Amino acid sequence: MDWFNLETLWFGLIAVLFIGYFVLEGFDFGVGVLTRWLSRDDTDRRVMINTIGPVWDGNEVWVITAGGAMFAAFPLWYAIVFSSFYLPLFLILLGLIVRGVAFEFRGKRSDTRWRWWWDQAIFWGSLLPAVLWGVAFANIVRGIPIGEDFLFEGNLLDLLHPYALFGGLATLSLFTLHGAMYLALKSEDGGDVQQRAHTLALWLGFVVAAGVIVFLGWTYLNAVSLGDTGVVPGIIPVSAMLAAVAAPLLIREKLHGWAFVATTATIALVTLTLFLNLYPRLLVSSIDPSFDITIHNAKASDLTLTIMSWAALVFLPIVLAYQSWSYWVFRHRVSRASVEAPTETPMQVLERRRAIADQRRPGTDAEGS
Amino acid sequence: MEALEFARIQFGSTTIYHFLFVPLSIGLAPLVAVFHTQYVRTGQERYRRLAKFWGKIFLIIFAMGVVTGIVQEFQFGMNWSDYSWFVGDIFGAPLALEGLLAFFLESTFLGLWIFGWDRLPPKLHAATMWLVVLGTHVSAYFILAANSWMQHPVGYTIDAETGQARLDDFLAVLSNPYLVGQFSHTILASWTTGAFLVLGISAYYLFRQREVEVFTSSARVAVTIAVLSSIGVAFVGHDQAQHLTDAQPMKLAAAEALWDTEEGAALSLFAVGDVDAGRNVIDIGLPQGLSILATNELDGEVQGLNDLQAAYEEEFGAGDYLPPVGVTYWSFRIMVGAGMLMIALALFGVVSSVRGRIADTTSRLNRWWLWSLPFAIALPFLANTAGWILTEMGRQPWVVYGVLRTSDGVSPSVSTWEVVLTLGGFTAIYLVLLAVTIGLIRKQVRTGPPEESDEEVDEDHRTIAPLGAY
Repeated sequence: MDWFNLETLWFGLIAVLFIGYFVLEGFDFGVGVLTRWLSRDDTDRRVMINTIGPVWDGNEVWVITAGGAMFAAFPLWYAIVFSSFYLPLFLILLGLIVRGVAFEFRGKRSDTRWRWWWDQAIFWGSLLPAVLWGVAFANIVRGIPIGEDFLFEGNLLDLLHPYALFGGLATLSLFTLHGAMYLALKSEDGGDVQQRAHTLALWLGFVVAAGVIVFLGWTYLNAVSLGDTGVVPGIIPVSAMLAAVAAPLLIREKLHGWAFVATTATIALVTLTLFLNLYPRLLVSSIDPSFDITIHNAKASDLTLTIMSWAALVFLPIVLAYQSWSYWVFRHRVSRASVEAPTETPMQVLERRRAIADQRRPGTDAEGS
Repeated sequence: MEALEFARIQFGSTTIYHFLFVPLSIGLAPLVAVFHTQYVRTGQERYRRLAKFWGKIFLIIFAMGVVTGIVQEFQFGMNWSDYSWFVGDIFGAPLALEGLLAFFLESTFLGLWIFGWDRLPPKLHAATMWLVVLGTHVSAYFILAANSWMQHPVGYTIDAETGQARLDDFLAVLSNPYLVGQFSHTILASWTTGAFLVLGISAYYLFRQREVEVFTSSARVAVTIAVLSSIGVAFVGHDQAQHLTDAQPMKLAAAEALWDTEEGAALSLFAVGDVDAGRNVIDIGLPQGLSILATNELDGEVQGLNDLQAAYEEEFGAGDYLPPVGVTYWSFRIMVGAGMLMIALALFGVVSSVRGRIADTTSRLNRWWLWSLPFAIALPFLANTAGWILTEMGRQPWVVYGVLRTSDGVSPSVSTWEVVLTLGGFTAIYLVLLAVTIGLIRKQVRTGPPEESDEEVDEDHRTIAPLGAY
């Protein structure tokens, strides 16, 4: 195992963290974007927001941890990527800020103008990062003008070439489809939201499939012209394309669960392809390969990497366990009725409340019976 | 002004803003957990109402802390890429561990707490809040470990080949003597902040004799925490000042506007300095006070700014090694002054509480105390902010004390207009969100704790939005 070393392990772990991030926050970006297109009224929007309510914040931590891991494992990479993608990251931050507080603040007042503002925040705050993460990753793979001393010598326009913009559209459409499938699984079975998500996904699925094929093909052509195709086993991008093609077919059969598996696999495999295409580079220089940032010239000390490896080995499984458990706890679907005002009679309410009270305080007889 | 100045303004202002919410999250979470646990244990209605009431306020604050925290993590790389490259080997690990050990825990279990009212068994549900408490404290530990390394770098060597700092001893970084003081000081200050918010809002109700039973409970819990933690902060702070005598004598000298090295130095009460001349124009102080504070001896030697400057020039070459003396001096006094006021208010409250008169509005003194507490909510924020300004500005011109200058840390590839643009953007959105946040908390306070009759509606929303949040 000559190829195995700590920097390769951390290259892999950071890939895992970004895959986790795009798979998880991918659907909640998608749901955020779809609040505009799949809702007919405020209740619909509340249904949609509540499908991701308990989990979106935990999903976002994947990118915070990925950023921390970049910082710790490859300080040079973190420093150059974050200062080179300055304005895109600024816009991502603005998006994440307004979106995050919007979920919390939106329901605090019932007037329509208040909610309209937060709806804008949720839509744009989901759309912007969904596009810009794609733009950023496409740039990392294709190369940006990194010169001597690893200094970024370009400007904003260098980051906005057709391939990168296409990458942004690819992630946006893929996340939106992923979000639609999530809504199909998490909103009321047979309900309006599910129906609309299904109808949208019927055609969006084909757009995404075409987009993924073109994006991966374009990525390959770029790599060939750079003369470095990384270490991509052909099976990975081909599987990504197959999963992307399978998604709309599964949607047509109303197999939403399997379609969600397909969009998950597409996101994971596309991200994996990009990382494998990079290896052992971390950021490609479009000026000269000698200015490429690689796992070798950016790596932290073996001591730091060893400590981090043990921490990841112990805690990543624990995190996965409790996050999965939280998804299990919130596995139920969200219906319109569940977010609307109660329709029960007072007697039913009383009865149910008594049942809950009994269940909640077993063995306490302090309260008068 | 250059990118460096704007980057510094941006770091300072976004960090101060972020730290309005962080100590409240750290300080309120345990109170919510205590009330929730009391409810599960006793089944008493007032505890349920308190857990929900403070829980709602906690969630507003927590959300602001989360979204402003992401800016902090990204900002190191965006505006301070040379700094990040230099320190990453040591500084990055605590940040990554903070995400892995703390943020996942907080966010996942807070989601479970918010939406878990009828999905989880009662005891497990209360436990989720305790895990959030654990997460907020673990998070504070790691980020302060990172900051302490900037204040007092330990456990590292400089890579001869690349010139980067390289980790040498991770345990030394995690048990940095500076960190011990800073962590206890920050945590106690956070508990004080949480306690004073709860105390201020409870007093608002008690002063008006509304919901007396419920808010007497919360005021009594809060006043106990307030007195213990505000006094604790002062003791730890004293220890930290002594540690500064060795670790960062320049900061201590600036905080006291002590220009010349003295034995039996006075504790300055009020000074007006002339920085260019290197002396004070006006200086009123307690004789020998500073020497006692810094060294525990009447005639202990405390180094002065002019002598330190000369020593630093010898060690590091020509340059200005003085931090902004005026800012450091006054931020120290604001912090200590606000702290003393809080201790006085908390002590009064404990006496009232022990005598069972905490809600008494017939006594003039107690009535005055209750009236003042809502205003006193500002005190911990003032002290926290002044404390961080003292810590960070007092370290200048270094970003890593004695190792890397702030001016050498800024991103070379980022232009001035880019920093100005992001500074403007963050400022605008932060001001709007601050107004919204304060408005929402006021609304929550006016609405009061959920009534039992509200609960019928609330129970129906429980599955989805138990707190009416989403």
